[in-house]
Amino acid sequence: MRIKCPLCGERDRREFYYVGDAVLLERPDPEAGDHAWDTYLHLRDNPAGVTRDLWYHEAGCAAWVVVTRNTVTHEVLKTELAEKRRRKLVEGAS
Amino acid sequence: MVELVAKSPCGGRLPVEHGASRLSEVAMTRLTSLQPKQGQEKALSQALKSAHGMVFPAPNRATGKEGARAIWIGKGQAMLVGPEPDAGLAAHAAMTDQSDAWAMVRLEGAAAENVLARLVPVDLRQTVFKRGHSVRTMLQHMSVSITRISDEAFFILAFRSMAGTLVHDLETAMKGVAARR
Ligand SMILES: [Zn+2]
Repeated sequence: MRIKCPLCGERDRREFYYVGDAVLLERPDPEAGDHAWDTYLHLRDNPAGVTRDLWYHEAGCAAWVVVTRNTVTHEVLKTELAEKRRRKLVEGAS
Repeated sequence: MVELVAKSPCGGRLPVEHGASRLSEVAMTRLTSLQPKQGQEKALSQALKSAHGMVFPAPNRATGKEGARAIWIGKGQAMLVGPEPDAGLAAHAAMTDQSDAWAMVRLEGAAAENVLARLVPVDLRQTVFKRGHSVRTMLQHMSVSITRISDEAFFILAFRSMAGTLVHDLETAMKGVAARR
């Protein structure tokens, strides 16, 4: 599998460290309640198909990257700096 | 007083030459990491230009020349190689002295590209990786920064603690390429 780092370009999967579901960027408000926090921390989908997760370009530029990929075909559909994605979330866009 | 002797990271191991490639250590010099403060990218680039003659490098690029280079080494970060950093840069960037933390080597010769092709998972051929181009990537299992400084020469930065492995891996590949001529 090859992942396109938004800064470095397309690179071998070995250069990246898998961090987890991109939902990690959507941290609930501290007062959001047990249910929201339980969901945020523990509930994950396990799709056969398109998923979105965080990868760390460990052996490259050290950026966190949101990777949209297909778990069945291993196709990488989209990559975006986590920083950008987070900014969009904060500003209320999707 | 004890007289301290500076020991270079690859001391005693280099230079070596095999076939059409040669590996040598770059003399220890001042290394400073520069991280622009938020919104200060342009101001830092201008300050760098007037103080040291090069702009802040874009991702995957290096600026400057022999003796004073700025090499992009990661997201929002460049390494100033050579000069004592101008104090004025501190207004626009977080700076850290990294002088003793890195091993610096120069790989050159007609076979240099083929040597790196055995070790690095990025295409470094002249057609796509030209002078002034730079990458953060892996050399075997090691994190490195590789910059093309001329048609047949690369400047490689690796963590100082890995200097022995760096030389070993490069020399093994150099011998392998030389044996196939
Ligand atoms: Zn990268």
